[in-house]
Amino acid sequence: MLTPESIEEVQEAVLSQERIRIAGGGTKSALSRDASLSTAKLSGILEYEPSEYTFTALAGTPLAVIRDELAKNGQFLTFDPPFVEAGATIGGTVAAGLSGPGRFRFGGVRDFFLGVKMVTGDGQAIFGGGKVVKNAAGFDIPKLNVGGLGQWGVIVELTFKVFPAPGEFATILVETSGASDARELTTKLAMAPVELFCLDSNSQSVQVRVGGLAEAIDARCRRVQSLVGDRAVSILRGDDDNRHWSDAREFRWVPEGHSLVKLPISPGEMSNVAETLSAPEATVPHRYSVGGNVVWIAWPDSLGQTEFDRVFASRGQNRLALTGDWEQPSQIDPRGAVFADRLQTVFDPGRKFAG
Amino acid sequence: MSTDAFYTELRRIYSEDRLLTKNAQLVPYESDGLTSFRAKPSGVVLPQTQDEVIRTVKLCHKYEVPFTARGSGTSLSGGSVPVENGLVIALNRLNRILSYEPGQRIAVVEPGVINLKVSQRAAPDGLYYAPDPSSGPVCTIGGNVAFNSGGAHCLKYGMTSNHVLGMKVVLPDGELCTFGGSSLESTGPDLTGMFIGSEGLFGIALEITLRMLPKPERYYTLQAAYDSLEKAGNAVALVVASGMLPGAMEIMDRLSMDAANAQLGDCYPKDAKAVLIVELEGTNEEVEAEKPKLHAVIEESGAHLIDAAKNDAERSRIWTGRKSAFSAVGRLSPDFIVQDGVVPRTKLGEALAEIDRLADKFGMRVANVFHAGDGNLHPLVMFDGREEGALHKAEELAGEIIRLCIRLGGSITGEHGVGLEKRAYFGEMYGEADTDFMQRLRAAVDPLAIANRGKKLPSAEAPALTSRGAHPLEQRGIVSRM
Repeated sequence: MLTPESIEEVQEAVLSQERIRIAGGGTKSALSRDASLSTAKLSGILEYEPSEYTFTALAGTPLAVIRDELAKNGQFLTFDPPFVEAGATIGGTVAAGLSGPGRFRFGGVRDFFLGVKMVTGDGQAIFGGGKVVKNAAGFDIPKLNVGGLGQWGVIVELTFKVFPAPGEFATILVETSGASDARELTTKLAMAPVELFCLDSNSQSVQVRVGGLAEAIDARCRRVQSLVGDRAVSILRGDDDNRHWSDAREFRWVPEGHSLVKLPISPGEMSNVAETLSAPEATVPHRYSVGGNVVWIAWPDSLGQTEFDRVFASRGQNRLALTGDWEQPSQIDPRGAVFADRLQTVFDPGRKFAG
Repeated sequence: MSTDAFYTELRRIYSEDRLLTKNAQLVPYESDGLTSFRAKPSGVVLPQTQDEVIRTVKLCHKYEVPFTARGSGTSLSGGSVPVENGLVIALNRLNRILSYEPGQRIAVVEPGVINLKVSQRAAPDGLYYAPDPSSGPVCTIGGNVAFNSGGAHCLKYGMTSNHVLGMKVVLPDGELCTFGGSSLESTGPDLTGMFIGSEGLFGIALEITLRMLPKPERYYTLQAAYDSLEKAGNAVALVVASGMLPGAMEIMDRLSMDAANAQLGDCYPKDAKAVLIVELEGTNEEVEAEKPKLHAVIEESGAHLIDAAKNDAERSRIWTGRKSAFSAVGRLSPDFIVQDGVVPRTKLGEALAEIDRLADKFGMRVANVFHAGDGNLHPLVMFDGREEGALHKAEELAGEIIRLCIRLGGSITGEHGVGLEKRAYFGEMYGEADTDFMQRLRAAVDPLAIANRGKKLPSAEAPALTSRGAHPLEQRGIVSRM
């Protein structure tokens, strides 16, 4: 495993290898297996100016380090990245294109990634984007890297936009009578002007997080309650609230012997997916997140990739397996390939990063 | 291959009324919101279907004819100025909202749909489309996508690219691609994000899936007057330090207030050197709790007059003044150039002082209106185009301001795009190697360089600068420049 410590060493590493697969914190095991280059020694926050709402960090910087540093200044990563406690890095999070439940409020990792310094397949160090919160110059190379799984090169430095953190959070758990009830309530809440941070659900409950000034938080909870009709409600505050969302963000609900798979959906597909999962439902735990825009599936390893793709074949879904042993962890819509392939000839002419 | 053959084939697609080649028909297409650039196309086509656009692009590719896609022509960077003797593909008739699904908070639109119409369509469901460029009543979504347009509310909600979930596009050789979809989440590289802001160089968006948001139920807008620009700038820093996240923070200087006063009557205090507009928005509960905090911060910042909107009409009055500032500058000066640079917010004070110094040095007046929350400056360089050399001097001063933004670690454009106007500064911002890399990306997507040739990236060809006064729509008060 190569462990470069500087951008020059990344360039040397890229030039010396014929094929490169990059690993960050190794939390998405399906994506980082067979890695040949680790960003472990490219770690640290390089610039952080709280009053600019921006920071720049090296790719291997653990999210937990960034979270703690931002918290000292009352700021936070708005896109609520997963696997913080597990040791995920900022670079790996971008490459996998992952955002957590809290992305419902302000947007995902793509929406806050401003600038990137990276090394392309021919060893060239390039910079794309900017270091200020608003910039319309150049091609949006930062966004291209989101979800790219390292196919464009080695991300070395990243600049992000951050926001002030809410003073307090609270969670409203609403009991629902099955998948269609959960879907109906999710739609109602997503359309209401109540500015939710999280809007997750499974077939038993809809889980809603509000945040803001401490003095308004009770009123915010009552407001959400007023929208749920006569469904039973419980409220989580303080540590209980934190633990609930930490469990969601860290995927602690995924049982042993299961692989975690991300399936982006549109809210209208919630019931279809529920139906698809309902046959073997007892053994397929899943969780809808971001107002029904993604379903996270804990797929039994005993069933494997072939069975997953068979079950979901009719949906033609994009999917991304994050853990487990998958021959092809990523399956993406081929209808953008013509454009991507042309870009690839510039980023990675020798296809060192492909596959 | 000959232009005649190209036009013969075009005539098989378009009837005479949708293929314009007569001189008088072409004039309206020679320029856009940045009137100092002008070029004459050989023709203009008005497609009504996506298929017509695709067939047209294929013909352009076959005959190697450069094309420029155009919406309402409100670009402030010359982004929709045609290529000399090229073809203009005017997309205004592709103006259908193809689907609107409130329950999924999405709308799928064609590129010629007017920005404001999307929010109007969604209003009955309490939803809206967040990006709000000042040209919203006339500009098109296709143009917004090409230039990643912004508006006054970018700090909190981002730019166009933060609100587009997916697209169907035609590449410069007629190949079709689909990116993203109707979900907020995706897998695979964010090709949607890469395409947006490419200023037409990667092709034409045919269908755009937009994300709709619930309209905030409450706004609280206040306007504070200061006896110096510096104090207004410091007030922004205090608001930021307070942990509040307003939807918008805008500053106008004395000269822009004078302009607005001349147009709208005396809506701004005569003794103030700067006004700051801060807008809170959100739920009733949250805004109610934030109000006293905001007032405390603004009082601490040394404002000598605080004017809070008590109702929608008063809010609208504050924003009308702000949004009219650009066109109102026309009352103070026969011509002006709007710049669009970004500096780190903490360097706003330094930037403004330096702009003052540059204005003195050039002996020209520069009014300042800016999105203070995200450090996006819009200096308005005033000049009289009838004076020999005045336009060039104004361009030179505007260029110095852009260089200042680069020096301070900012950007040459926050929301107007590079277009024709700022290509000369592109290399100064990105350096030779990165600029070359982006040229290569462009060449990989469009080897013939036919899609909006001459925009965004540095290149040798540039139409001559001429002074033509304000855009006709602006003269009629329909649009303002930002």
